[in-house]
Amino acid sequence: MSEQLTGIVLAHVDVAAALVSAVQAIAGTDHGLAPVSNAGCDRAALSARLDAAIAGRATLIFADMPGGSCAFSAASYARGHGKVRVVTGVNLAMLLDFAFHRDQSLEEAAARALETGRSSVTVMGGGA
Amino acid sequence: MSVALFRIDDRLIHGQVVVGWGQTLGIGFIVLVDDEVRSSDWEQELYRMGVPPQVSVVFTSVPEAAEQMAAWQADHRKGIVLTGDVETMARLVQVTNGAVASVNVGGVHYREGRKERLRYVYLNDDEAETLRTIGSSGADVTAQDVPTGTRVSLAEFLA
Repeated sequence: MSEQLTGIVLAHVDVAAALVSAVQAIAGTDHGLAPVSNAGCDRAALSARLDAAIAGRATLIFADMPGGSCAFSAASYARGHGKVRVVTGVNLAMLLDFAFHRDQSLEEAAARALETGRSSVTVMGGGA
Repeated sequence: MSVALFRIDDRLIHGQVVVGWGQTLGIGFIVLVDDEVRSSDWEQELYRMGVPPQVSVVFTSVPEAAEQMAAWQADHRKGIVLTGDVETMARLVQVTNGAVASVNVGGVHYREGRKERLRYVYLNDDEAETLRTIGSSGADVTAQDVPTGTRVSLAEFLA
């Protein structure tokens, strides 16, 4: 069996911790996800925070919005580290799916997160 | 219309700039004055990804910015000129000779040796002095992270 992937949720202020708490409440504790916040960080400090959280493991980073400082830092970090991939637009559905499918390659996990995340964005209800 | 905001922000082009200030001011261009990004095609591509297609993004060095400043000030669109640190803004103010009427300190985060001045402004003594120099050269230096935030004067946040 290959190494179980680690997931890092990287988002503004308290969003990452809240998302990981929600995963924990829904899926239980063995979810392989850790939160990283950009609060108080410039680019170098955020990269150091990511580095400590990843600790050399094969990691999929779930960043919040493309174009934000979190996504930039994640993409810069991944460029220098072969075992790291980044998806943006993190949502709870993609994190829950990841929690149960960590035994994959990084490429597979990234593609799966993209698909799950996108398919979870829907318009519901409506009508008078 | 011209340059509506000269900003020091160590996160460079990011949400507060593009969404917070960009949407509020209705900008048409962003200039990032940063030697490192200026020399990296890959980073430029990354920063462009975060900006709506109708907003132009220009990457320059300080001398290049000085050359183009008059054109930006005459541009019919509004724009934001950004530097990632105090020292680069100081050089820009110096070489553009009065073109920078005001400087917004938007985000200078904690690093060793820096002291907290505001929640989003940490400065070491040299940086504080450099900001004072910018202020005494005639530019109005204030701190404000987002458009809805309170504008704090240089004297107040260095007190």
